[in-house]
Amino acid sequence: MTDDKDVLRDVWFGRIPTCFTLYQDEITEREAEPYYLLLPRISYLTLVTDKVKKHFQKVMRQEEISEIWFEYEGTPLKWHYPIGLLFDLHASNTALPWSITVHFKNFPEKDLLHCHSKDVIEAHFMACIKEADALKHKSQVINEMQKKDHKQLWMGLQNDKFEQFWAINRKLMEYPTEDSGFRYIPFRIYQATTERPFIQKLFRPIASGGQLHTLGDLLKDVCPSAITKVTEEKMSELNAENNMNS
Amino acid sequence: MAMPSSLLWAVDVFGRVYTLSTVGQYWELCKDTQLEFKRVSAVKQCCWGIACDHQVYTYVFSGDVPIRYQEETYENQRWNPVGGFCEKLLPSDRWQWSDVSGLKHQQLDSFTLPSPHWEWESDWYVDENIGGEPTEKGGWTYAIDFPSTYTKDKKWNSCVRRRRWIRYRRYKSRDVWAKIISQDEPDQLPDPFNDISIGGWEITDEPLGRLSVWVVSLQGRVWYRENVCHHNPEGSMWSLITTPGEVVQISCGPYDLLWATLWEGQAIVREGIDRNNPQGISWSIVESPSSENGIMHVSVGVDVVWCVTKDRKVWFRRGVNSHNPCGTSWIEMVGEMMMVTVGLNNQVWGIGCDDRAIYFRQGVTPSELSGKTWKAIVSGRESDRSQTGSSTSLLSAGCFFTDDIQNQTNAIIQGDADTSSDTELPSVPMSLANTPPTGAAGSSSGNGTGNQTAETHANLTVDPLDSDQGEATVASTSSEKANLEIHRTSTNANPSAELQWTNIDLKEAQKHPVLSVSTFAETSSLSSLGMFSVGAEEQYGADEHPLWAWVSGGGCLVDLHSPLKWFTVPSGLSSSVQSLSLSITPAQTAAWRKQIFQQLSERTKRELENFRHYEQAIEQSVWVKTGTLQWWRNWKPHKWMDVRVALEQFTGSDGMRDSILFIYYMYHEEKKYIHVFLNEVTIIVEVLNEAKHSFALYTPERTKQRWPIRLAATTEQEMHDWLSLLNMSCCESRRIQGPPSHHAIWSVTCKGDIFVSEPSPELEAGPHLMPCDQMFWRQVGGHLRLIECNTRGIVWGVGYDHTAWVYTGGYGGGFIQGLASSADNIYTQSDVKCVYIYENQRWNPVTGYSSRGLPTDRYMWSDASGLQECTKTNTKPPSPQWSWVSDWYIDFNTSGGTDREGWQYAADFPASYHGHKTMKDFVRRRRWARKCKIVTNGPWLEVPPVTLWDISIIPSSDADDEEAVALWAIGDKGDVLCRLGVTQLNPAGTSWLHVGTDQPFISISIGAFYQVWAIARDGSAFYRGSVSPKKPAGDCWYHIPSPQKQKLKQVSVGRTSVFVLDKNGNLWYRQGITPSYPQGSTWDHVSNNIRKMSVGPLDQVWVIADKVQGSHSLSCGTVCHRTGIQPMEPKGLSWDYGIGGGWEHITVRGNATEASRVTMHDSSEESPAVSKDVDEESKEKIEHSKTPLMVSESQELDRNAVNC
Repeated sequence: MTDDKDVLRDVWFGRIPTCFTLYQDEITEREAEPYYLLLPRISYLTLVTDKVKKHFQKVMRQEEISEIWFEYEGTPLKWHYPIGLLFDLHASNTALPWSITVHFKNFPEKDLLHCHSKDVIEAHFMACIKEADALKHKSQVINEMQKKDHKQLWMGLQNDKFEQFWAINRKLMEYPTEDSGFRYIPFRIYQATTERPFIQKLFRPIASGGQLHTLGDLLKDVCPSAITKVTEEKMSELNAENNMNS
Repeated sequence: MAMPSSLLWAVDVFGRVYTLSTVGQYWELCKDTQLEFKRVSAVKQCCWGIACDHQVYTYVFSGDVPIRYQEETYENQRWNPVGGFCEKLLPSDRWQWSDVSGLKHQQLDSFTLPSPHWEWESDWYVDENIGGEPTEKGGWTYAIDFPSTYTKDKKWNSCVRRRRWIRYRRYKSRDVWAKIISQDEPDQLPDPFNDISIGGWEITDEPLGRLSVWVVSLQGRVWYRENVCHHNPEGSMWSLITTPGEVVQISCGPYDLLWATLWEGQAIVREGIDRNNPQGISWSIVESPSSENGIMHVSVGVDVVWCVTKDRKVWFRRGVNSHNPCGTSWIEMVGEMMMVTVGLNNQVWGIGCDDRAIYFRQGVTPSELSGKTWKAIVSGRESDRSQTGSSTSLLSAGCFFTDDIQNQTNAIIQGDADTSSDTELPSVPMSLANTPPTGAAGSSSGNGTGNQTAETHANLTVDPLDSDQGEATVASTSSEKANLEIHRTSTNANPSAELQWTNIDLKEAQKHPVLSVSTFAETSSLSSLGMFSVGAEEQYGADEHPLWAWVSGGGCLVDLHSPLKWFTVPSGLSSSVQSLSLSITPAQTAAWRKQIFQQLSERTKRELENFRHYEQAIEQSVWVKTGTLQWWRNWKPHKWMDVRVALEQFTGSDGMRDSILFIYYMYHEEKKYIHVFLNEVTIIVEVLNEAKHSFALYTPERTKQRWPIRLAATTEQEMHDWLSLLNMSCCESRRIQGPPSHHAIWSVTCKGDIFVSEPSPELEAGPHLMPCDQMFWRQVGGHLRLIECNTRGIVWGVGYDHTAWVYTGGYGGGFIQGLASSADNIYTQSDVKCVYIYENQRWNPVTGYSSRGLPTDRYMWSDASGLQECTKTNTKPPSPQWSWVSDWYIDFNTSGGTDREGWQYAADFPASYHGHKTMKDFVRRRRWARKCKIVTNGPWLEVPPVTLWDISIIPSSDADDEEAVALWAIGDKGDVLCRLGVTQLNPAGTSWLHVGTDQPFISISIGAFYQVWAIARDGSAFYRGSVSPKKPAGDCWYHIPSPQKQKLKQVSVGRTSVFVLDKNGNLWYRQGITPSYPQGSTWDHVSNNIRKMSVGPLDQVWVIADKVQGSHSLSCGTVCHRTGIQPMEPKGLSWDYGIGGGWEHITVRGNATEASRVTMHDSSEESPAVSKDVDEESKEKIEHSKTPLMVSESQELDRNAVNC
């Protein structure tokens, strides 16, 4: 589906309408208005919330401000999960807009990673890309790329440039025609119901007999408990996540 | 199927003949099952075989184009005062019925069919043409005496006359095994036959389709079949070829390689095979690689030789080429085979010794002719499809499988030794070095092997119904390891082997995977090959998969780019297993895609609908791509200079994106820049340049100047990235997306690149005619020589290799990626063309002709002009996208003819060359050709199997979607063809209808009212009578004399206008055509300097002009538009100049977009460029024709009313 631009576009331009409100215990000089934003599903919270930060900092005293973090109904939101994942995992049944609470104090050290600069996000993002390519192509494609290509991927995500991103990413999504797929499908399955952060496992796109595996096969194989619960909708979302997982 | 398909032929142990298509998945039983066969040998167009009756048979594929042969004989008469012309000839005269020379007596009834495989097409009839000119009724041609020059006119001194009688016979035994009947010398015949091999078609194509057919008799004698070619598929007789010993088996490659094996175990190699002597001259002997085991079987390709020795070992011969057909030494390969066969591209197949399965050699490339590994073809037979799925054993194993997997959720399945093609094993099983430590990631290869084993066994048990599959799985997973294991044992068993065989200097290098082999050692060491697991074989094997006796790959073209489906079990076989995986059909994929897309859209709607007013988290800002390119600088001396380039994209106030391209350069130490608004760019085109990856950017202004902005990148990828981006930006700023419309104008450059332009209504008519330099052209992927379309969106193309392609409705392809390319409808396309260089020599009294020329002479190796030095070594393919697919060979098909060695002679350089040496000739040259191939992709599908020279599609018809659209074509052998079943829904049509002609044709065109015109190879024109939807092929040809004895080369028929082009570049208009007299009366000269033309459904005329002078430069191959064409002024007034040079072909036959017609004012002046070239005569005519225009204004408006 990597050459299906309609699907790619829809995945890329997926947006979640969000309402940011400041945590009630934060000390402000005047009342903080909520802040409304359309968040890209495929991006990271700390990458796209500069405006939110600025908005709330205006009403706060300088000394009250430390590292920003977000929380939804008591759950600290992991910035290193894609926004769409956070939403689907924690808030898919909520009414829109998604209401996120903004904190500037009491950073939950045990739940969240620190994110002092965009470089941290970039490093995490590139690590994911590299991991995915290790599974897809034994890292051959990503290693053959130049530094500037890596940069372009990151800049594409950061600036929400679909074409810029896909100009490079398509190379990561190709495979030689003599193979009928990647070596392994890069995927992670996150479940709100379990303790385990996620399920990840080596999974070939082609069965040993030559048949193409489906997402259903993957789920049956990796996470059979989910199969009964997973609705069709969920499966498609998973599939979409899967597409982006590079 | 995107790539042309071809067939692998094989015979099973029961003598049944099967074929397997390169795009297929099943072995199909040969259509003619009457006979059982021992041996088959195939090429692309036919297969020869020896049946169990030891007779030779040939199987010629059926096709839409018949195999026909023209018999001719001459009727001769002499005039005498009493009876006038009569049959009474002088005693010294020729026969009354004779061949063309008069030496051979041949009466009409002396002609008999050569074999029962032929039938007469019609009775004898008189040919009423002489050299492209029609004769009087009766077809007589006159001369003073025999033998002499004949003319069509009777003169006072015409004493003799003759006429030609023609009768066609047709080969009818197609798609069946036709027995080769030996009428000649039956006692000498080598019954019974033992082996057969065909090939040699690349030695020469004179006569067309010539083949070398070699057979071996049981007595060990070798025979060569004479005169096998396209129009004589059976050949004429067997010639005995003496051999140094008794021959067992023989193999003939596509070129001049021919090897055979002797009873004594040596191989013999034929030397001296060339175009003048396809039987060759002498034999050389090559010893077996092994002293105790002689050669049992040999197979040759273009420049490779494989053999099998009596111990079933497989060997590859090193150093084989045309100059050294014997090669240098043997290399021992892995595997044991019954026989091997080398096919096209030097690909190799073999029949496994133990399992009798057919193996395909993986990884055979021009740089690695011996390939890498054997891989079993697991395709089932068509007939097996219904039989499978009956056994349902071990379904419970599925539970074991699932449980097992569940327990392993956090384990890594160890990675390598997966597919056998994966031979370059890294030293570490799988590198996850980059992987950050996440919950599940973490490599444990010790554990892994166990998992792998478990998985493999699980597979075997889960899919028990299909032994092929199980076998393949194990074969591929274990082959590397097994190979290693086997070779350990085999070397132990026979440690001195390498020492004994002195002429072996290599054994196939063994791959040494790092992985532990212990788990596989037990099973695989039982197998002698390690190519399949014995366990699997025993359990599910023999009765299910076919056992093969013989295979022939001589007609099978496996392209590195086209994936084969031979190695996976067809999903139909496993679908009956209620298995873990579904079989996925394209329809399912499409349905899923639709569903996913729908769900995404719903999600977007749900999550965004009420919140669109929300602020975006990321602001859209100006985006810049920068880079370093080279620029062909504006000032003299012109040269490439490094520049920095930036593309700035911004969003306009209307929400549309626009872009500016900046080029920053230094001029006398001063920083300067030029900039281009991409919405003004009319085309971005790759430029043919072997040294640089360069492209040109045109705006209307720069088209006028004939001076585009030229940029070059250092790598192809970089250039394509820029091209892709710039193209997308241009299309975006012009709001052009999706596939071209039905009215689109298509054109092709000399590079074979395809461009398409959307015509505006103002292009053909209107108060303000749009100049054609403002047309925007965008590229479509693919490579073609010509392209033709019609108003219903049916588009066909023809490649340089004459392959026919039909447009799929997609867009993009080639370098155009991502958004500007359609998701489906893009397929692989390839094309082959020749690069030519000339070898030049001068005669001197001492040494005769030599490569030492005069100091003033051209290079001794040069291009056609002689100005450029082109040697065999320094000549490169036209661009880096092309790769060589042949070696240099002498081209004998040069105009002017050649002698037996390909030389053409002339008095001096440069002069006109002829094919024989005379006293006055002091220089000679010969042309060398080398084939190169491009593989790209685009919205094109092949229309096999007939290759084409020209096509024409009826420009407009009121047919609905279902109704057939007329499409005519010229086959590359000159046959006229009519395509049946072409509709908007099925633009490829269904089959060809052959339209008989008396000579080969070169150009064809069908007008809006089914007027079919054609040009014959001799330069004469023909009109086809009575063509209609009911009678798609019409009834007969009417000969139309050419204008002023010019030889014509192209015809194009629009709505009513008929234009022809002659070989000297003159464009002619046919006067006097009326519905009752569609042939017209005279030719009017319109213009010279024309290379190609296209007349559209509005009778609009577009051409490719040879030379057009711009303000800065001259361009060759320029798109020009005839302006001032009106119903009463069908020849138009002047030329308007569009994109070029470098254009080869244009078709405007889709464009019927008509703006409301207003009388044209003479807005466009006759431009100096062409008025200079147009000769006085036609100028006069232009002056004349201006007068009636004004008179006919009212009449013209009336006509328009009728048209609407």
